[in-house]
Amino acid sequence: MLDLTFDTPKPKVIAGARQDWELVIGMEVHAQVSSKAKLFSGASTTFGAEPNSNVAFVDAAMPGMLPVINEFCVEQAVRTGLGLKADINLFSAFDRKNYFYPDLPQGYQISQLYHPIVGEGEVIVEMGEGIARQVRIERIHLEQDAGKSIHDMDPAMSFVDLNRTGVALMEIVSRPDIRGPEEAAAYLGKLRQILRYLGTCNGDMQSGAMRADVNVSICEPGAYERYQETQDFSHLGTRCEIKNMNSMRFIQQAIMVEAERQIRIVEGGGKVEQETRLYDPDKGETRSMRSKEEAHDYRYFPDPDLLPLEIEQAWVDDIKASLPELPDDKKARFMGDFGLTDYDASVLTAEVEAASYFEAVAKGRDGKQAANWVINELFGRLKKEEHDITQSPVSPDQLGGIIDLIAKGDISGKIAKDVFEIVYTEGGDPAEIVEARGMKQVTDTGAIEAAVDEIIAANPAQVEKAKQNPKLAGWFVGQVMKATGGKANPKAVNEIVSAKLGQQ
Amino acid sequence: MSELNKLGLAQARDALRKGDVTSVELTEACLKEIDGADALGAFVHKTPEIAMERAAAADVRIKAGDAPAMCGLPIGIKDLFCTKGVASQAASRILEGFRPEYESTVSQNLADAGAVMLGKLNMDEFAMGSSNETSVYGNVVNPWRRAGDDAALTPGGSSGGSASAVAADLCLAATGTDTGGSIRQPAAFTGTVGIKPTYGRCSRWGIVAFASSLDQAGPMTKTVRDSAIMLGAMCSHDPKDSTSADLPVPDFEAMLTGDIRGKKIGIPREYRMEGMPAEIEALWQSGTDMLRDAGAEIVDISLPHTKYALPAYYVIAPAEASSNLARYDGVRYGRRAAMAKGDGITEMYEKTRAEGFGPEVQRRVMIGTYVLSAGFYDAYYNRARKVRTLIKKDFEDVFAAGVDAILTPATPSAAFGLGEMTDADPVAMYLNDVFTVTVNLAGLPGIAVPAGVNGQGLPLGLQLIGRPWEEGDLLNTAYALEAAAGFVAKPEKWW
Repeated sequence: MLDLTFDTPKPKVIAGARQDWELVIGMEVHAQVSSKAKLFSGASTTFGAEPNSNVAFVDAAMPGMLPVINEFCVEQAVRTGLGLKADINLFSAFDRKNYFYPDLPQGYQISQLYHPIVGEGEVIVEMGEGIARQVRIERIHLEQDAGKSIHDMDPAMSFVDLNRTGVALMEIVSRPDIRGPEEAAAYLGKLRQILRYLGTCNGDMQSGAMRADVNVSICEPGAYERYQETQDFSHLGTRCEIKNMNSMRFIQQAIMVEAERQIRIVEGGGKVEQETRLYDPDKGETRSMRSKEEAHDYRYFPDPDLLPLEIEQAWVDDIKASLPELPDDKKARFMGDFGLTDYDASVLTAEVEAASYFEAVAKGRDGKQAANWVINELFGRLKKEEHDITQSPVSPDQLGGIIDLIAKGDISGKIAKDVFEIVYTEGGDPAEIVEARGMKQVTDTGAIEAAVDEIIAANPAQVEKAKQNPKLAGWFVGQVMKATGGKANPKAVNEIVSAKLGQQ
Repeated sequence: MSELNKLGLAQARDALRKGDVTSVELTEACLKEIDGADALGAFVHKTPEIAMERAAAADVRIKAGDAPAMCGLPIGIKDLFCTKGVASQAASRILEGFRPEYESTVSQNLADAGAVMLGKLNMDEFAMGSSNETSVYGNVVNPWRRAGDDAALTPGGSSGGSASAVAADLCLAATGTDTGGSIRQPAAFTGTVGIKPTYGRCSRWGIVAFASSLDQAGPMTKTVRDSAIMLGAMCSHDPKDSTSADLPVPDFEAMLTGDIRGKKIGIPREYRMEGMPAEIEALWQSGTDMLRDAGAEIVDISLPHTKYALPAYYVIAPAEASSNLARYDGVRYGRRAAMAKGDGITEMYEKTRAEGFGPEVQRRVMIGTYVLSAGFYDAYYNRARKVRTLIKKDFEDVFAAGVDAILTPATPSAAFGLGEMTDADPVAMYLNDVFTVTVNLAGLPGIAVPAGVNGQGLPLGLQLIGRPWEEGDLLNTAYALEAAAGFVAKPEKWW
């Protein structure tokens, strides 16, 4: 069972000119649903296709075209909700969010304002061993992504690519439970990890498959606790929303920059205006997105083209039964079953592919040793070439084979690293490589004895000294290893040297 | 056979099957009549090549004994239906030059049933209007005139082109759509039959949307039997329309027995409006008597929330329209306004929509935007939705009490003169829908049947409202009413 006892991390405190301030952060994460087809059309969601090639009539909002819900996207949202231990709403409904923009062909985005598909859940965000923040999820709703406007292809015209138009997004809305930039990044990382485990979002931030709107406010020390007790937002400062962030690094920078801006305003006797802002990483500042006159009135109303979404508890139960093991559970199991440290278990469960790889290696072998090899040798080697685990040229069977050779005493740990390098670069079966290249260590005691005798005979003075000082036996061991090209079984050499020197 | 265009669907079908006539002959007769009827302004895009091709194909099927329900029958299609490769612009300037790459489910169903498309029919712009005066193509003229008076009359709207074309025998039947009365009111103004089926009977896929929760397609025909035939061909469950009902489509025509003995017909007291013209009052009374004489039981009923229907409708329909019409922005298809130097996207939207939409569409888009806007949503849109629920419940209560159908006037007057309402308060025009909008709000089937003429010789219609999904029963009651009324008047040809 997962141990849920942890200490909460300390909130980030920023020293203003007059006093200390704490940060309060809530996030709206837009996660693109992993699905072959869009939320309301059969068009493909493949990233990077020719502009305007993945567009159904309904995506282009041709007259008279109607949306039809993609059941798989609903299933993915339910799966995500279950993965975040959230309430699944058997009744949900779609609303239209109306605004004009060229990459929004319908003139409205189909979303779920009034009745989202997923209700309250939670994410445990670890900030160190035994330290974690519990971030409450307020809701998850399904909505359509917009297309892409391209302004830099022509000096006078803008272009529109509708490939992304209508792709399903999950908007995952957190409560303002995040208390600093590092926590914000860790929260996003944890969410990404869970979604990738679930297979509901690929979590690729660079392609925009995962992006976040970050709500930042500041408060005096103690005010946040009063908010938590009462859930009364008036204890908190006015928030500003930093839109459309898709880099962990920029999110952290933006939070600090925005918090400092708010502190300057408040300490200067001013008032923070609630607004949406954009972060400019080049200038290191956030900027207001639109003036009050330009503020959108989205005129939400229930989409009359779609019936309310009613799902059955039995269906939800089926999805629940098919959920994969999630990161927290897997980590706890790795620590319990394989005796891994908290750190090693975290590293190995960061990506589900890595965890599966490790498990394949560890099966029937020493877990700790398997973890060492996967983390230190394999990950290290992959990192050198900027590859991830799915690109590993060494299969779990091959790596396991190497570990088996060590366990059998066929090769030493040192030789094993050479074998690993050969397997990594050239491929092949480790046992055959060791055999064919004469890398097998010498365990034939006769041969070792002969080598020891030879060294003893050639170094009488050293023998005398060693008899006085048993620590010098190591010198003989080294000489024997050198003479055998490193292939002698070190354990056997040790024993024979000690015996010959009369130390046993 | 002479004047083939004057046939109805059933008559023509029977003649085709007997081999008395061919679809090519029928189609040629209609095309000739259409060409001579430009003064009516009904057909706005003629498709003679498609018509002749389909007619020839239909004749082959008929000969082979493989004739589906509408095989070889020439009809007109309202411009609101998207027809593949054929101009489909909802009578709006903003869809200028738009030729869809797809065919609406309803027009496809009709084509699959062998129907022959003669062309596209005029209508009010985006189906918004009750007089067919808001069309970019210009207004439609009603083939009927007041006795001894040459004044041009409206055929009603928004399916005015369909009504005029059917009444003037330019085609055997036509498709219409009805959001607040757009089939039934023009049918009543032109002495034709028009049924709006239960919401969800006909797929909305490929029909330019006005108000999605209210829009339904339906047939406009010369007789009730023809409506039964054509409605059966139009309906289907369509997985491409989430609001389409997954129900079997019965053989409506087979349900026309004319026997309505023992049926309970409700007369709603709230529909007896103050200032109702005597001729309408008299028509309603005679319709009531006819149904009683045919063996139906007449009961007084109450639909207490009726008076709130029109205001609720004129909140909900514009609200949905304001959102549905947002896609006409000049970006992807249709008209885009000429841009001045320095114009950006905002100017493009403003200019395109200002010149692309006519005044009535602009009015409704603005009303809709207003009622959905922050601070007004609850007072208008949400309240209207609540009223809608109450109106629906009014009907449910009446049907639960055993009423089979409800009889009301179809319109508050006979056809009025074109231009007569131009300077009137828009609400005066909206009052045309007073008897019909309740049916859309409740999602029920409603049919307009010609039941008499007024003192000036103009047709008047009665409306029957049925239980949800019981169009067959409703058509049968209408069939009995039609028989009893014996309406045979035709407009005198002046065009």
